[in-house]
Amino acid sequence: MSEYDSDVEAAIREDYPALITYITAGDPSLEDTKEYVEALDRGGSDLIELGLPFSEPIAEGQTIQAAINRALAAGTTPEGFFELVDDLETEAPLLVMTYYNMILQYGDSEAPRASDSDAAKPQSKPDVRPFVERAAEAGLSGIIVPDLPAEEAEPLRAACDDHGLDLVFIIAPTTEGERLDTIMSHVSGFAYVQARLGTTGARANVSSATHDSLARLSEYDVPKAVGFGVSEGDHAAEIIEAGADGVIVGSALVDIIASSDDPSDAVDALEAKARELKRGARRGADSITVDPEDTPEPEQP
Amino acid sequence: MSTERERDDESRSDRAGTFGDYGGQYVPEALMPALQELEDAYERYVLENEDGFMDEFRERMRDFGGRPTPLQRADRLSERYDREVYLKREDLLHGGAHKLNNALGQVLLAKYMGKERIIAETGAGQHGTATAMAAAHLDMPCEIYMGRTDVNRQRPNVYRMRMNGAEVNPVEAGSATLKEAINETMRDWATTVERTHYVIGSVVGPHPFPQMVRDFQAVIGDEIRDQIQEKAGRLPDSVVACAGGGSNTMGTFHAFVPDCANPRFADGSSGDEPREHVDLYAVEAGGSSLEIDEEEGLAPNSATLSTGTDGVLHGAMTKLLQSTDGQIMESHSVSAGLDYAGVGPELSHLVETGRVTPASVDDDDALNGFHRLSRLEGIIPALESSHALGYLEEEHDRLGDLVVVNVSGRGDKDLETVLEETEKRDLEAAPDVEVFDS
Repeated sequence: MSEYDSDVEAAIREDYPALITYITAGDPSLEDTKEYVEALDRGGSDLIELGLPFSEPIAEGQTIQAAINRALAAGTTPEGFFELVDDLETEAPLLVMTYYNMILQYGDSEAPRASDSDAAKPQSKPDVRPFVERAAEAGLSGIIVPDLPAEEAEPLRAACDDHGLDLVFIIAPTTEGERLDTIMSHVSGFAYVQARLGTTGARANVSSATHDSLARLSEYDVPKAVGFGVSEGDHAAEIIEAGADGVIVGSALVDIIASSDDPSDAVDALEAKARELKRGARRGADSITVDPEDTPEPEQP
Repeated sequence: MSTERERDDESRSDRAGTFGDYGGQYVPEALMPALQELEDAYERYVLENEDGFMDEFRERMRDFGGRPTPLQRADRLSERYDREVYLKREDLLHGGAHKLNNALGQVLLAKYMGKERIIAETGAGQHGTATAMAAAHLDMPCEIYMGRTDVNRQRPNVYRMRMNGAEVNPVEAGSATLKEAINETMRDWATTVERTHYVIGSVVGPHPFPQMVRDFQAVIGDEIRDQIQEKAGRLPDSVVACAGGGSNTMGTFHAFVPDCANPRFADGSSGDEPREHVDLYAVEAGGSSLEIDEEEGLAPNSATLSTGTDGVLHGAMTKLLQSTDGQIMESHSVSAGLDYAGVGPELSHLVETGRVTPASVDDDDALNGFHRLSRLEGIIPALESSHALGYLEEEHDRLGDLVVVNVSGRGDKDLETVLEETEKRDLEAAPDVEVFDS
């Protein structure tokens, strides 16, 4: 057993600097997703986030919106998603990233409809537990919900605690003061540091907001991974050097999938991209230890 | 405002921003500080009239907006249905719909908050035009997100927005209607939140929007209450309003929610006196059918209160048209302003508790309602409002002796749709539209 609270935290601490990769499940099919996840795992991903597609992805930029549309058009369902996860055997722990309504509705297949003859009977209220139970059974290690702020998270947090899953929260550039303290004191797995305001999507540069955020968060002794806009090895190096424990890359990988003529072409490219990102992250970590001007980041227990 | 605050407390559960099981703040973390800032501004300026905010708002609604709007006895409808029928004429408000009540309130609030830019979503274009007018009136830069489908079918409103200086950004995603426009406005807000205010167009979205938009719209019901007592000497037996997202609905109903024989809804101010009871009817778009096509993800209606199930969309727990997996359905109505798969959380709560009766009127009966009011009363109503008038035709027997119907907007914007849809059908109340063919 590891000395850490969870396999998610262990993956980030022990494999520092950590590479966290994201793709949308079912884009363009669940069979392809299986191959892609295995490629990302071989390429050195330390954690892999799998998107369970929801029809109204308000936190996503155009790249991941398009991936979600392809996945939904291919008929991706929550049950198909969990069956994929049942089949996967990766070294990297897996997390599911989805919107709250998908978690609320899972397993609620008996909700009455107007077309049902017995529509008058009281409707059962949505419940997060069936989703969490199924996620745990499939071997997922954690859940990320971009439209669930800490204030609304109690039911899901309790269910995740019961099943040993991490519920990862996002820290935005606007998160400050008392709310920041509260969220940082309840970090589960790692703190997902949003590099910039806005939606997901690959960008050309690391934003100055990223440096500001990492400086602001440096006093909190929790694993921090930075996402939103990270697309290249050099970005990974810069972010790790600025004090992050990991980088999160999604849209750049989804772009590779979207631009492949044949779904199988993407497999090698994804593995190579993961290697580039992981190398970049290591470079960033090395420059911290060799640069005499900087105090090396102490190994955190 | 103190009595309104007391009323709020009656209809809300303990947690701030919820109505029973509904409401809440299901938004990306980046927006949470902005919602807190807005909640604070709403409490200070709207609820407590700090710096005379509400005084300025009311004055502008009078001089710029044209409030109060009349409550008119509908003579020929009263004769037709053999009961007293009154129409609340929100169609006479500046811009041609109730939307200005909310848009002007929020743009003014944004100004008091020191925000520099206004964004809004629009479906039919009514909220977009109201927001563009309010932004021009108060000298604020304004951008409107509108689905490409709606841009194409609501051209006149696109031009009106641009005349008032707003930028109109077409949204191409999905079915390119209201739902996608809201998604895209939320994405803009998540990027620009520090200096931008999002003027949400209905009693939907995360707290404090449902409550705040309702309070800006509550002037409709407050005026009806005074006007009907002056004209008829008592409260109405029934109040009827159409419901999409529900802003005209909640604005019309809010003042009457405590007028209920069931003491749980009473505001406590009347002691032991028996209360006059006012029935509240929220009329949704029945579209072409109430059935749902789960395979295709289509609901050929927007009857969320009547047929929806609980879930989270656009920041709130509410009733939704959704698949059993939780994917949001593509809704439908002949009326673009009612075409939405969600509904305000407070309405969900009032329906769940039995205070508001949900009903639906299909496309045909709404079109008949449109033609009937146009011909009998000389008022061309919005297709949205025509659903309330369709309900009056079908169900007047259950509405008592004194009925108020909210005419939430005028129908000029709908003429093309109405001609097109009328030609396809055999409608009893329609005039001969073939004469328009050349």
